[in-house]
Amino acid sequence: MPLRLPFRLIPRAQPSQRMLLIAPLLAVTLTLVVGLGIFAALGQNPLVAFRVFFIDPVSDINGVSELLLKASPLCLIALGLAIGFRANIWNIGAEGQMYLGGIFATGLAIHFHENGGPWLLPAMILAGAVGGALWASITAFLRAQLRTNEILVSLMLTYVADLLVKYLVYGPWQDPQSNNFPFTVSFSDDALFPVLMNWWDWLEGTRINLSLLITVVAVPLAWLFMDKSFVGFQLSVAGLAPAAARYAGFSEKRMVWIALLIGGAAAGLAGVTEVAGPIGQLNDRWTPGYGFTAIIVAALGRLNAFGIVLAALLMALLYLGGEAAQISLQLPKAISQVFQGLLLMFLLGCDVLVNYRVARRMPANALVNA
Amino acid sequence: MIESLNPLLASAIAAAIPLILAALGELVVERSGVLNLGLEGMMLIGALASFVAVAHGGGLAASVIAAMAAGAMIALVFGFVTLTLQANQVAAGLSLTILGTGISAFLGRQYVGFRAPASFADLPIPGLSELPLLGPSLFSMNLLGYATIALLGGVAWFLYRTRAGLALRCIGESPVVARSLGLPVIPVRYAAVAFGGAMAGLAGCYYAVAQFKMWQEGLTSGNGWIALALVVFATWRPLRVGIGALLFGGVSALGLYLQAINVQVSVFALSSLPYLATIIVLAFISSNQNAIRRNAPASLGKAFHADG
Amino acid sequence: MNESTNGAPLIALHNIRKQYPAVLAVDDVSLSVRAGEIHAVLGENGAGKSTLMKIIYGAVLPDAGRIEWNGSPVTITSPGEARELGIAMVFQHFSLFESINVVENMALALPGKYDLKALAARITEVSQRYGLPLNPWRSVHELSVGERQRVEIVRCLLLSPKLLIMDEPTSVLTPQAVDQLFETLRTLAAEGTAIVYISHKLDEIRRLCHRATVLRGGRFIAEVDPRVETERRLAELMIGREFPETQRHAQAYGPVALEVMALSVPGDGPFGTALDRITLRLHAGQILGIAGISGNGQAELLAALTGELPPDDAQSIWLNGQPVGRMGASARRKLGLVNVPEERLGRGAVPPMSLTQNALLTSYRQGLVYRGLIDNDATTAYADNCIREFDVRCGGNTAAAQSLSGGNLQKYIVGRELRQAPKVMIVAQPTWGVDVAASALIRQQLIDLAARGVAVLVISEDLGEILEVCNQVAVIAGGKLSPVRDVSATNAQEIGTWMSGLFPQDEPAPVVRAA
Repeated sequence: MPLRLPFRLIPRAQPSQRMLLIAPLLAVTLTLVVGLGIFAALGQNPLVAFRVFFIDPVSDINGVSELLLKASPLCLIALGLAIGFRANIWNIGAEGQMYLGGIFATGLAIHFHENGGPWLLPAMILAGAVGGALWASITAFLRAQLRTNEILVSLMLTYVADLLVKYLVYGPWQDPQSNNFPFTVSFSDDALFPVLMNWWDWLEGTRINLSLLITVVAVPLAWLFMDKSFVGFQLSVAGLAPAAARYAGFSEKRMVWIALLIGGAAAGLAGVTEVAGPIGQLNDRWTPGYGFTAIIVAALGRLNAFGIVLAALLMALLYLGGEAAQISLQLPKAISQVFQGLLLMFLLGCDVLVNYRVARRMPANALVNA
Repeated sequence: MIESLNPLLASAIAAAIPLILAALGELVVERSGVLNLGLEGMMLIGALASFVAVAHGGGLAASVIAAMAAGAMIALVFGFVTLTLQANQVAAGLSLTILGTGISAFLGRQYVGFRAPASFADLPIPGLSELPLLGPSLFSMNLLGYATIALLGGVAWFLYRTRAGLALRCIGESPVVARSLGLPVIPVRYAAVAFGGAMAGLAGCYYAVAQFKMWQEGLTSGNGWIALALVVFATWRPLRVGIGALLFGGVSALGLYLQAINVQVSVFALSSLPYLATIIVLAFISSNQNAIRRNAPASLGKAFHADG
Repeated sequence: MNESTNGAPLIALHNIRKQYPAVLAVDDVSLSVRAGEIHAVLGENGAGKSTLMKIIYGAVLPDAGRIEWNGSPVTITSPGEARELGIAMVFQHFSLFESINVVENMALALPGKYDLKALAARITEVSQRYGLPLNPWRSVHELSVGERQRVEIVRCLLLSPKLLIMDEPTSVLTPQAVDQLFETLRTLAAEGTAIVYISHKLDEIRRLCHRATVLRGGRFIAEVDPRVETERRLAELMIGREFPETQRHAQAYGPVALEVMALSVPGDGPFGTALDRITLRLHAGQILGIAGISGNGQAELLAALTGELPPDDAQSIWLNGQPVGRMGASARRKLGLVNVPEERLGRGAVPPMSLTQNALLTSYRQGLVYRGLIDNDATTAYADNCIREFDVRCGGNTAAAQSLSGGNLQKYIVGRELRQAPKVMIVAQPTWGVDVAASALIRQQLIDLAARGVAVLVISEDLGEILEVCNQVAVIAGGKLSPVRDVSATNAQEIGTWMSGLFPQDEPAPVVRAA
C-alpha cells in the first residue's frame, strides 16, 4: 500500500465514553493552535490576537450580553437539528427555515404595525415556528413520500428562501421611507422582545432580551425529548441502525416528519428572536449564517442538549472574536468561518478515538519470530 | 426567431460546463463509494486559486494548474478525515464546504474588485461554428469548454473500458469483497477523491477566470450543490451528466433570457428557477427508487476500515 | 493417493498466533499440507479456522509464527503475494460483485492484458474440463448460489493454483451439488493440487479428506485421519466434551395460529426474489421449518410475515383468525407475533447501544414506557432478567450489543422476544454462527416453546438443524413454497432435490391432527 501510516487503528469493542468528551476538547485545542499559527503567519502577535479574539469580547457585561444574544438562536437551532441528526436525517436547510420564521413573524409585525397589542409578540412567535416548520415540511414530504435526498432539497430551499426575503424587502414589504434600501419598517414595541435592562439596571446599555427565555426553556425540554422519551429513543435507533428500526416497527416516515418539523420550528423560532430582537425589522442581510453554524454547534455538542449549550457559547464567541478581529486587527471577518470549518474538521478527525484505539504499526519484518 | 435563441443556447452551454466538470469529478468519487458533499467549498477554493494565479500574471495555464492543485489538496483533507480517520462522510463534506467557503472568503478579501487580466477566449471552429442553430454555441466555446467535452468522454471510457475503471466501480459496490480480492480500496478512494477535488477546482476556475472574470465571495452561488444533484439525476452515468447539465444550464439561461427581454416577472423569482428545478428533478428521479437502487454505488457514503 | 501421505509438505505453518482486541483468535497453531492432499481443518465457529486461512491467504497478518512454502520461509503480506505463490481461496461469503458479469469479475483478479473476449474463451475451456459449466457473459446477480460458487472455483483454477483453500464450501449447496463439488475436488487432488478444506460438517470430512487438523478455541487439538475416526469421536474432539442432544416432546397441535394464503410480493430491490402464491398454515404447538438456499425468497417471506414490508393484500396473512396483511411490525407484535432475525447486529440489536437500551427495541410494551417516557428501572430489570434466564455472558446490562459474541447476543435476543409471551414466533437462522453449546440451548428452547403451545416457524439454510428441531418441513425455492412434509416422512435427499426447485406443485396441504 502506498499509504503506510506510522500508526494503525484498532476497533474498540465498545465506544469509549471518555473519548466522547475528550475529542471535542482536543478539537478545540487543535483549532486554537492552528488559529494562533494563522495569526502569527499574518504578522500578528498571536497572544494579542488571542486576547482580541477570545478575551476582550466578553470582558464586560455588554460583551456577555452580545455573546448570549448570538448563542441563544444558535443553541435553539442546534437543538432542533440534533434531533434530526440523531436519526440520520440531515436537515442542512435550517438557514432557510430560519428566514421563513422571520418572514412569518414580520408579516404579522407589519400588518399590525399601527394596531398591535400584547398579543402580537406571542402570535409572532407562534407564526415563526409555524413558518419554519412549513418550510421544512416541503423537505419532509419529499423525503418521506419519495425518498428524495433531504440534504439537497433543504439546501436548495435555503437559496429560494434567501431570494424570497430579498423579493419581500425590495418589493411589497419595503419601508416606503427607506429611500429604496432593502428593509421593512422598524417594528413597533408590541412586536419586539422586551429588553431585560428594563427590569434590571445592571444590564444598562445591553441588548439582551426576553427571547433568551425561549432557549432556556427549550434546553431541558430537548434533553427530556432526546434522552428520556421513547420517541427520542426511536429516533436514535433509526440513526444508528435503520434495519433495527424497521425490525422494531418504528415508522421511518414518522421519524422524518418529527425530525424535520421540530428542526424547522426551532429554526423558525430563532428567526423570530432575531427579527423581533436585536434587528427589529426584516432586511436582506440579517443573518450571519446561524443556520449553517448550528450544524457545527450540534456536532460539537455531541447531539446532547447540554453539550449544545456549551458549543453554542463557544461558537458565539467565535463570531464576536471575528468581529473584534475585523475592527482591531483589520482581519477579514471570514476568519471566524475558517475557524468554524477547522473546528468541525478537527472534531470529525478526533472522533476516530471514540471507536478506535491508535496503535503503533509494527515494521513488516517484525512479524517473523516476534 | 432561431437567431434570437442563439444567445439562449450559448448561455445554457456556458452555465452547463462548470456543472459538468464538478459533477463528473463527483461521479467518479461516488462511484468509488465515497460521498463528498464539499463540492461548493472545493469549487470556491479552486476559483480563488485560479484567480490569484491569473491576477499575479501567471497566465491561463497557471490558473488551471493552480485551481486543480488547490481543489485536490483540500479534497485530500476530506480524504484523510473520512478514509483514514473513518469520519462520517456527510458531516466531513459539510465541514469541507464551510472550510472552503471560509478560507476563500478570508484569503480572497484583497482580490475583491479586481478584473482578471487574462481570460479564456472563445475559439470558433472554422466551418462548424457557422452551422445553423447549434453552430455558434456548440462550436464556438472556449478552451475549457472543449476540454469538458473531452473529459466527459474520457471519464466514460475510463469507467467502462479499463480494468482500473472496473476496479473503481467494484470498490464502490463492495469494498469488503474488493479487499478480499486484494484490490487497493483506500488508495483508489484517495485517488478518486483527489480527482474529484481537481475537477471541482477546474469548475471554480471556469467561474472565476472564464465566466465572471473576477473574484467575489461565494461566486459559485450554490452550483456545487446543483452539481451534486446532477450526479443523482444522471443515476451515476457520465454521459447523462452532460444531458442533465445542459438542462440545468438551460433553466439558468432561461431566467437570464427572460430578464433580458423584460418579461414582467420578479428577478428574484427568475433567479430561484435553477434551485426549484433541482428540487423538482430530484423528486422526479427519486420517485423511481428502483433506478436509483440499481445504479447507486452500493457502499456509497459508508466508512470502510481495512483491518490488519 | 500415496502422495497424500508421504513427501515433503507444500506449505507448513509453525506456531502461528493472532490476537484481536477482544479475543486470541489463533494461539500457537501449526499445520502442514502436502501436494495432492485434501486436508480438513475442523472446528466450531470461533475455533480460529477462518483466521488461520486468511493468514495463509495474506488477508490477515499473524502476530507471531513462521510460514514455509516448499521448504523455504516466506512472509505473505497480501492476497496478491499469496496468488503469486500459487495459493487460491474460495471464500464462504463469495467475493463476487453482483452488478457486473462473470468474465469481468474474473478479469479483476487476474494479471495480464485486459481482454475480456480471450478470457471468456479460457473460462469456458477450464469450466468444461472440471465439470463446472458456466456462461461467462451472464451477470452475477442472475446466478444461483451454486453457480456463484462455480464462478469462484473457476476463477481460482484459472490461476492453476498449487494450493486451493475452500472455506465452508457446502453450507450453501444442495446435497446433490455437494457430490458434484467433491468430484471436482478429487480430480484436482489427483492432478497434484493441495486442498485445504475448512468445515464443521463431520460426514463430509470423513467422505472427502485424507487428513484433518482439529482446532478448538484458537488452539491446535489433534491431527487425525478422518477416514478411520467415528463421527462421534470427531465431534468430541471439536467441541471438547460430549455432544449435546436436544430432547423432543410428544406434541399435540392447537388451533391455527398463523395462516398465509396465496401471498405474492415483488422482490426486494433490484436483485431480490419475488414470492409466488405462498400458502402455509401453522398451528399452536407446531414447529414448521422452511429450508432452502439463501436468496430464494426467504428475506421477502420474512419481511412480509413480520410486517417489515407488509404486502398489499390484507387477506394474505392471518394471525389467530384476524387478517393482518396490511399491519406493520409493531402492530403484529402487539398481537403476539415476535421474530428473531438472521442479522443480529444491526437488525436484531443496535450495535453500539447497551443491552438495556436494546431491551426497549421490541419490548417497550412490557411496561417499560410510561406516558411516552422511558422507565429506566423497569427497562434495566427487564434486561437483567433476559441476561439471567438465558445465561447471557456479558459485561452486565450496560455492555454494548456489539461487544457480545454471536451466541450470547442471539441468546439475549431470543430471551427478549420470548419474554413478550408470544403466540407465534418466527426465527431465521437461529444458530448461524453460534457455538455448539449455545446452539443446543437455543434449539431446546424452541422445542420447549412449542410444547407450551406457541407456534414456531424456523427459516434456516441448515437442513440438519431443521430436521433436528422441526415437526414438519417445507422448502422455498425461486419464491415458491414446496408441499409440507412430516420430518419423519422425508429425508435429506428428497429435501435436497426440492431445494433446487424440483418439487411437486400444487399438492394439497397435508391434514394436521388437532388437539
